[in-house]
Amino acid sequence: MENLLIIMLVLMIIAALTAIHAKDLISSIIAQSFIGYGLVVCFLLLKAPELALVQIILETVTLIIVLAVVCDSSMKEINEPIGKRDIITYSLSFVLVALFLYYFDKAIVGLDPFGEHTLRMSEMYVKEVLELTGSANLVKGVLWDFRGLDTLGEATVLFTAAMGVLVILRITGKKQQPTKK
Amino acid sequence: MEGMSVIVKKVAQLISVLIFVFGMYSATHGHIAPGGGFAGGVLLSGAFILLILAYGVGYFKLKQQREATSIFESVSILIALLLAFTGLFAGSMYFFNNYLPPGTPGELLSGGLIPIYNIIIGIKVAATLSTIFFALIIYKEEVRR
Repeated sequence: MENLLIIMLVLMIIAALTAIHAKDLISSIIAQSFIGYGLVVCFLLLKAPELALVQIILETVTLIIVLAVVCDSSMKEINEPIGKRDIITYSLSFVLVALFLYYFDKAIVGLDPFGEHTLRMSEMYVKEVLELTGSANLVKGVLWDFRGLDTLGEATVLFTAAMGVLVILRITGKKQQPTKK
Repeated sequence: MEGMSVIVKKVAQLISVLIFVFGMYSATHGHIAPGGGFAGGVLLSGAFILLILAYGVGYFKLKQQREATSIFESVSILIALLLAFTGLFAGSMYFFNNYLPPGTPGELLSGGLIPIYNIIIGIKVAATLSTIFFALIIYKEEVRR
């Protein structure tokens, strides 16, 4: 299982690099959606059907919306020559990646091997969620009972996203301007 | 955006009903089966998006729909918040208190307030994604003119 997971992750990294460097925007979107669908396979390999279901549905709808936006644009990336300021950006990002890798290497020393680490808190969740909430789906019991405030925050983020889209596109605001003049 | 051929329209009609029913199943049975409010809501909005893509924009009165989905979105998150607040006045008095009886696990009416939250968040997610999609399409139509 772990070998399959590693293959899938390597393919996803290749797809991410393709998405950045593709000249056509549609092929870059398809490469990007490969990352999302690869994540579905990873979730199924890690025995998380709940997350896989949400991810596959959301990825499909997001793909449609992003395609609808891109099909209306010029469909091509703007290529600008590398100037002096870009050299600073690239060197800074290399330094940051090196720093990140150094601290990542330091941080994972104390962790348990992959797949064996369980917190005491989550053990309590797994054992007692059925008695305390009566919800047969463990994930929903945790989401809407023990971690209700987190989930409310998630819903608020979605609300804010819709508000942002409406404000940026200004559908209702644009119509009122001509009547004032 | 114009409508597609007759075959696509007919298939979209048939399929979107199935998607809608599965979305409702997923939202209402979130506490006993995989899925839940979020996946159900995305499925519900997917049914409408499929119909709009197949039939084109002129077939639906999108501006009225967009206002309706905005109202649904705002009202449903308000109801969720108020439901969470009612926990302050019942039982052991804390936010997000699940004060209804848990019932027997595995039945449809179990889990206290969890199924209600699932249905509300399903409506909310469906309304939000539809709002975003409608807004993008209306914007496109207005810019084209």
